[in-house]
Amino acid sequence: MTVAITGEEVVGALDKELKGAVKSVESEGILVQAEKILDIALCVKNNKNLKLDYLVSITGTDYIDYLEVSYLFYSLDNNKRFTLKVRLENKSNPAMPSLTGIWIGAELQEREIYDLLGITFSGHPNMKRIFLWEGFHGHPLRKDFSNGN
Amino acid sequence: MAIKTEPILLNLGPIHPSTHGVFRMRALVDGEVITDIEPVFGYLHRGIEKLAEQKSYRQFIPLTDRLDYVASMNNNLAYVTAVEKLAGIEVPERAEYIRVIMSEIQRIISHLLGIGSFFNDMGTFFTPFFYMFIQKEKLTDLLEMVSGQRLLFNYMRFGGVSHDLPDEFLPALNTFLKEMPAEIDKYERLLKENEIVLARSKKVGILSPDMAINSSASGPVLRASGIEWDIRKADPYSIYDRFDFDIPTGTVGDCYDRYRVRVEELRQSIRILEQAVAGIPKGKVLNPVPLRFRPPEGEVYSHIESNKGELGFHVISDGSDKPYRLHIRAPSLLNLTALRKMLTGWKIADAIIIFGSIDICVGEVDR
Repeated sequence: MTVAITGEEVVGALDKELKGAVKSVESEGILVQAEKILDIALCVKNNKNLKLDYLVSITGTDYIDYLEVSYLFYSLDNNKRFTLKVRLENKSNPAMPSLTGIWIGAELQEREIYDLLGITFSGHPNMKRIFLWEGFHGHPLRKDFSNGN
Repeated sequence: MAIKTEPILLNLGPIHPSTHGVFRMRALVDGEVITDIEPVFGYLHRGIEKLAEQKSYRQFIPLTDRLDYVASMNNNLAYVTAVEKLAGIEVPERAEYIRVIMSEIQRIISHLLGIGSFFNDMGTFFTPFFYMFIQKEKLTDLLEMVSGQRLLFNYMRFGGVSHDLPDEFLPALNTFLKEMPAEIDKYERLLKENEIVLARSKKVGILSPDMAINSSASGPVLRASGIEWDIRKADPYSIYDRFDFDIPTGTVGDCYDRYRVRVEELRQSIRILEQAVAGIPKGKVLNPVPLRFRPPEGEVYSHIESNKGELGFHVISDGSDKPYRLHIRAPSLLNLTALRKMLTGWKIADAIIIFGSIDICVGEVDR
């Protein structure tokens, strides 16, 4: 079975200077500061014990007060999984660093989140809409999105 | 003096017959060689994730059919297992067996179509495809027998499946399982060592193991690159831990390996089906769940090894009768990430084959 790594385990493995970037530890993941996501992602990928080298899925969610992006990782060697979460309070112009430099698997998923939730990922090579057409207004997965009906 | 060439932007699709759905590639070509491509899609975008937020949990099951529409049962399965995990719903033993049978039948159907259309792309226009379609048709008849539908089955329910198997089902499946290995041998005789197939697909479109992992590839694409990762083994869902089967892998990660992995998976699916048919118990097939039920607040990510790769449902519940957010991790979409790396440097004719060897379904890419 793919076992979930606890948040404590990951926090323990992070370098000292990165520990400050962790906002809170949850049962199956940790919530981190958006600006530090690159450092933390590199750390969990390259750490010899964690080896979370496979980016499975990125989900963006609109929680009204903030936007949340959750990253799911696997370690294919150790058969473990782990979740990293980021919250963006600035809903009018949400932005965070892109993970495409570390995993190209993030490329299409980040574009999808940009398209449907309006989060800009800085450093992404091709930050434009993926499903909807250029010139479409709004981001449908926002809870306040109205399609006119 | 060298002749100066000028790069040309070439649109492949969106209605190219071998694009496996409405899909477009914008290719930058230098003569016949591709120097860069950008996949363009969204032509089939129906906003399924948004629709999920407006429907009750049960009402969403038929919409999952419309993701990877050549393997609706697998989409049903991935979704209902996710919600069952969220709400703690038990599934009767017989229903688990039925689910495995359906899931493996769908894997065979999808792989037959995937292999068949791969050969179409290679220029063996529709001859292998129809050999495979003969067998695919028998399985479609079986699925029609249980669900009344031939494509979009809407068969699974929270807590089981909608109907028990009709009496004729298992004998017909047994007949198929007896015939199928010889049919696969026939395909192999025709295609496996065929000189044209070897020349056109060996060492073409190589995806290295590192790149396969880095680009989040899954399913046969990942395994063809030599990574032994199958969720049925790594994180067994339903009752897959009871069956004996192997994970076929490739060594090179080229188009030929991807084709080989799919053929071997056909044989493994037959093994699983034989064991499931032998072991299926009697009993009920559905634990009734209220039509509009409210799972507790929380979130769950649940995944299955679908025919195309890791199909995951990330369901977030706020305690109401509709999902607060539902994200679908579509294997076809993520398998396209590496397309650019795989195509660059190859000729246009190879691009069609490389793309065909990934075997995507646009219903799942666009959602």
